[in-house]
Amino acid sequence: MQILKTVLATGAAAALLAGSALAQGKPSEIKIGITTFLSGPASVFGVPAKAAAEMIAEDLNKKGGIGGVPVKLSFVDEGAGGEALVSNYRRMVQDEKVDVTFASISSGSCNQLVPVAEDLKVMNFMWDCGAASILETKKYRYNFRTQANGTPEMLAVLIYLLKVKPDFKTIAVVNQDYAWGRESWEIFSTALKALKPDVQVVAELFPKFGSPDYSTEVSRLLALRPDVVLTTSWGGDLDTLVRQAGQRGLLQQSTFVLGIGESSIQRLGKDLPDGLIVGARGDHWFLHPEKKNDAAFKAFNEAFKAKTGAWPIYPVYHMAQAFSALQMAYDKALKANGGNWPTREQVVDAAAGTEFATGFGRPVTLRTEDNQGLEAQLVGVTKTIPGYDFKVLDNMMIFDPKVITNPPGIRSVEWLKTLKPEFVKIDVPTFKQ
Amino acid sequence: MNSTLAILAVLDGISYAALVFLVSVGLSLIFGVLRVVNVAHGSLYAFGAYLAATLSLSVAPLSPWLTYPALLAASIIIGIVCGGLIERFLLRPLYGRDDVLQLLITFAAFMIMDNLQRIIWGVQPIFAAEPLRLLPNISVFGVNYTSYQVLLLPGVALLTLVGLRYFLRRTLAGAVILAVTEDREAATAIGIDAKRVYFVTFIIGASLAALGGALASPTTSLVPGMGADMIVLSFAVAATAGLGQIEGTALTALMIGLTRAFIIYIQPEFEVLVPYLLMVLVLLVRPFGLFGAVHVRKI
Repeated sequence: MQILKTVLATGAAAALLAGSALAQGKPSEIKIGITTFLSGPASVFGVPAKAAAEMIAEDLNKKGGIGGVPVKLSFVDEGAGGEALVSNYRRMVQDEKVDVTFASISSGSCNQLVPVAEDLKVMNFMWDCGAASILETKKYRYNFRTQANGTPEMLAVLIYLLKVKPDFKTIAVVNQDYAWGRESWEIFSTALKALKPDVQVVAELFPKFGSPDYSTEVSRLLALRPDVVLTTSWGGDLDTLVRQAGQRGLLQQSTFVLGIGESSIQRLGKDLPDGLIVGARGDHWFLHPEKKNDAAFKAFNEAFKAKTGAWPIYPVYHMAQAFSALQMAYDKALKANGGNWPTREQVVDAAAGTEFATGFGRPVTLRTEDNQGLEAQLVGVTKTIPGYDFKVLDNMMIFDPKVITNPPGIRSVEWLKTLKPEFVKIDVPTFKQ
Repeated sequence: MNSTLAILAVLDGISYAALVFLVSVGLSLIFGVLRVVNVAHGSLYAFGAYLAATLSLSVAPLSPWLTYPALLAASIIIGIVCGGLIERFLLRPLYGRDDVLQLLITFAAFMIMDNLQRIIWGVQPIFAAEPLRLLPNISVFGVNYTSYQVLLLPGVALLTLVGLRYFLRRTLAGAVILAVTEDREAATAIGIDAKRVYFVTFIIGASLAALGGALASPTTSLVPGMGADMIVLSFAVAATAGLGQIEGTALTALMIGLTRAFIIYIQPEFEVLVPYLLMVLVLLVRPFGLFGAVHVRKI
C-alpha cells in the first residue's frame, strides 16, 4: 500500500498545514456515492473497480482520511439501469446526503446522471464513461470527467497503427452494437479518413451486444482478407471474438487492433498471439514503463492482485484517479479557505482546472473550460515474455493528451475532420517492455 | 453474393441453427407437455454452460478427451438437480392455477439463479475451449472452420431431434408423455401418474437447455447475463415454430440460422432483427406459429 502514501502525500501535508483551524466545521466523514456495474456483462469492469475503491478508501482512512476526515463509501449498481439507477442516485444524494458522487462506467448512465447531479448541485466525477459528447454539448459546474474520453483513446490507437503499419490498404470493423461500439467507430473512421484517406473500409460489422457467436463474422472476414481488423469490443464479447478468430486463423491473417483490449489481456492468456495492437483507455498498464520500478506503484498492483487474483485493469486505475482528484480538490479548497473546512461549493471551485498526480501513470488535468480530463494514452503490441502466462505489451507509445484531445468548444468529430496526414508524424516516445 | 460466399453462409447458418435448436427444443417440450412457459430456461442454459466449463477445466489435465463426457455430465446434473427442484417445489404447487403464476414463479427462479450464478462463478468471463481444440479445422474454399461447429454441433442437434422423435413416438415412456399431453384427466383415469410424467418431462427439458449451454461453452465466453439473452431468442424460436412443436423448432432454428448468416454477408445491420422479424411475419400470418394448431377450448 505504499502507493497511497505517495498519492496522499500532498493531502497529508495540507492537513498538517491546516492545523487546528480544521477543527472548525469539520464533518465526521466524507460520504462518497459510487455507481458501478455490480451485475450484467459490464461487471467485468465494475466489480474490480469496486474492489479498488474499497481498498483505496480503507487505506486512506488508515492514514487519517482527507484533511483528517475519513471517507465512507456507498455503491449503486449501474446494472439496474434506467429509472431505477436515477432513483437510486437521487436517494444516495438526497437521503444518504453523500458529499460527492463517482458516476459512472456506462456513457448511457453518465448521460442520465450528469443532469441530475447538476440539478442536485452535488459534485460528480465521471470516473469511467467515455462518450465525448457529454461535456461537448453543455458546460457543467458540478460534473467533471477524471479521465479522457473516446476521442483521444481512439485517436491514439489509430496513430499507433499508422506509425507501425503505414501501408495498409483495407480495414474492417467488428464492434458491439451499442453506443460505444458505434461512437468509437465514428471517431476512428473519421480520423482515418482525414489521416489516411486512401484506406478502404471493406466491412462494418456490429453484432448484437453480448453475442455468443461470431462464426459468420469471422467467415466473412476470412473471405474478405482485410489488412486490418479493428474492434473496440470488451469483456466476454471481446474474449469470444478473439478466441473464435484465433481458432480459425483470422488473427494470423489480418492485423488485429483491440481498441480497449488491455482489460482482456490477462483472461485471454495464451490465446492471444503476439503482434496485436492494444489500447488501454489511458496510460494504464500494470507494467507501465514509467512507473513499473516505482515501489508504491508495484505495491498497489501486488496488493490488488492479492485481493482479487488479477492484476489491475484500466477501470481500477480510473477509480483510483477519481479518488486522487477528490483528494486534490479538497486539499486545494482547504488551502484556499485558509485551512478551514471548505463548503461543497468551494470544493467544486477548487476541482476546476486542477492537475493531480495519480501515482499510476502521468498526471491528469481537469480542463477549466469544459471539465474534461486530459489523460495520456498508452498503446502497445502484444508480446510473449517469460514469467507471465499471458501476453504483455511491448513497443509502448505514450501519447500526450494535449496533442490528441479536441480543443474545448469544438466537437470531437468536427475537430478530427480538420486533421491532416502530417499529424501522424507527431513525436511520441516508445518504450520496450 | 457469389456461390462460394453462399456456401460459407450456409455452413455458418447450420452451425448457429444447431445451437439455437438445442436450447429452444427444451423450452418447446416443456410447454408442449406441461403448458408452462419456463422463463428459467435461460438460467438452465447458463448453469449448464458454467458447470460444463468447470468440469472440463477440472478433467482436462487428466485427459482432454474427458471433457466430452464432462459436457454430457454437466447437462444431466443440471437437468436433474435444478430442473427437478424447480418442478417439484416451484411449479407443482401451481398446476391447475392461473398461468400467470407459473410465469411469475419461473421468472423468480430465473432471477434467483442469475444471482446464484454470479455468487458461484463470479463475474469474470470463463472460457473452456478444450473440446473444440481437440477436433481439427477444416478448410472450405480457403476459409477455416472448426469441425466442432460445422460437424459436431449439427450432428448432436440432428441426433437430439431424431432421438426425441423416437422416444416420444416409439417408446412406452414417450407414449405415456403424449397421453398426458393429449388429455391429462383421461390419462390419470387409466392409471398414469401425471405428476411423475410432468417431473420427468421437465427434467428432460431442463437437461436439453443445459446441454445447449454445455455444448456452447467451448465456443464462447461465459458471462453474467448470458441466460437472459438466450431465453429471449429461445422464445422467439419456440413462438415462431408454434409452442410445443419439436420438428417445427428444428426447422425454425434452421430458418433463423440461415437467414441470419445470409444477412450478415449481405446487410449486417439487420442481423439483430432477424429472429424477431421472422417471428412477427410468421405470427401475423399464422398466430399459432408455423406448425402450431388451433386448439378447441374445452368447457
